[in-house]
Amino acid sequence: MECCVPNNGGSRVGMEITKMKNKRSYIVGIGIGILSWIVFVVVNAPLGITTALSEASGAVAIPLLGAQAVEANPYWAKTVPAWDYGTLFLVGTFLGALLSSKLEKTFKWELVPLTWSEKFGPKIAPRFIGAFIGGIIAMYGARLAGGCTSGHGISGSLQLAVSSWTFFLVMFVSGATTAKILFRK
Amino acid sequence: MPFTGTTSLILAVVFGGLFGALLQRGRVADYNVIVNQFRFKDFTVLRVMLTAIVVGGIGVYFLNYFDLAQYHIKSADMLGVILGATLFGIGMVLYGYCPGTGVAAVGTGSLHALIGFLGMLVGGIFYALSFSWVKENILSVMSFGKIRLPDITGVHDLVWLVALLFIAIVLFRYLDRRDSEV
Repeated sequence: MECCVPNNGGSRVGMEITKMKNKRSYIVGIGIGILSWIVFVVVNAPLGITTALSEASGAVAIPLLGAQAVEANPYWAKTVPAWDYGTLFLVGTFLGALLSSKLEKTFKWELVPLTWSEKFGPKIAPRFIGAFIGGIIAMYGARLAGGCTSGHGISGSLQLAVSSWTFFLVMFVSGATTAKILFRK
Repeated sequence: MPFTGTTSLILAVVFGGLFGALLQRGRVADYNVIVNQFRFKDFTVLRVMLTAIVVGGIGVYFLNYFDLAQYHIKSADMLGVILGATLFGIGMVLYGYCPGTGVAAVGTGSLHALIGFLGMLVGGIFYALSFSWVKENILSVMSFGKIRLPDITGVHDLVWLVALLFIAIVLFRYLDRRDSEV
């Protein structure tokens, strides 16, 4: 019954903390919803991350593959590497989380997270390899699907797009299956 | 775009900053919280996402109704969406973040999130290099264009949104009650 025991340690204090955490999830969800209203009206674009990331990957590819190859690529022709709205939104996301965690005094250098080390041990290399390969797969999948958790999962779903709800449901089933295999006992 | 040039670039950092701060405060820039959602041990991610979808959806519906906002629907290229979402789910659990929360996590000091960020840049390069083939052989299969749930079901937007609101309330009440049982 491990699945059904809440994370509150069974104590009254633990329960209050869990309640506060849950309440905060809803407040943050409302905040992201309202932010998406503002962004839709003010910049006429939904919240999204991976289009800008593929621009960034184009910028990284220039020294690796040559500027000509990047320029001639039909995909990067659509997402030209530049310091534009999307890439600066990414910079903002990084800075916002940095500032917010500093103010909250929860900023900490993390090499191997707890849930990983409980299963795979505290060694850094396996975690870094997992993160790197996971990043490759997630990004490739996001581009193939046309968006990620932000562009499809939140922005697309709130517009009731068929593509986005399909993404959301398939992604969740795939992730749950992966977690089941990865964290099997 | 109502705002262009420097103004829009400043707004990008401001809006991105708010998004990053919200992700951090919502604890979804945390590897453990995300992975444990997929293990059904922590429902923070679902709480945040579903709330954002319902609140955002109702607001954007009325903004669109009063001509203050336009919809931006991603094309339903279903083979690409299904294959992409399958890969995304695998990658997200292995990485422990999605692209947005990964970027936010780097800001909170997660160095493995930074390694995964580099992986995402490599993934972006792989996609761009395979794009011509993908476009011809995958994106063109079962491609239905920019369709919305109300279009294919004939059920009105507001019915969908109220139904989602109802599902969210019932689900959240159930989850909250379960958390307070010891």
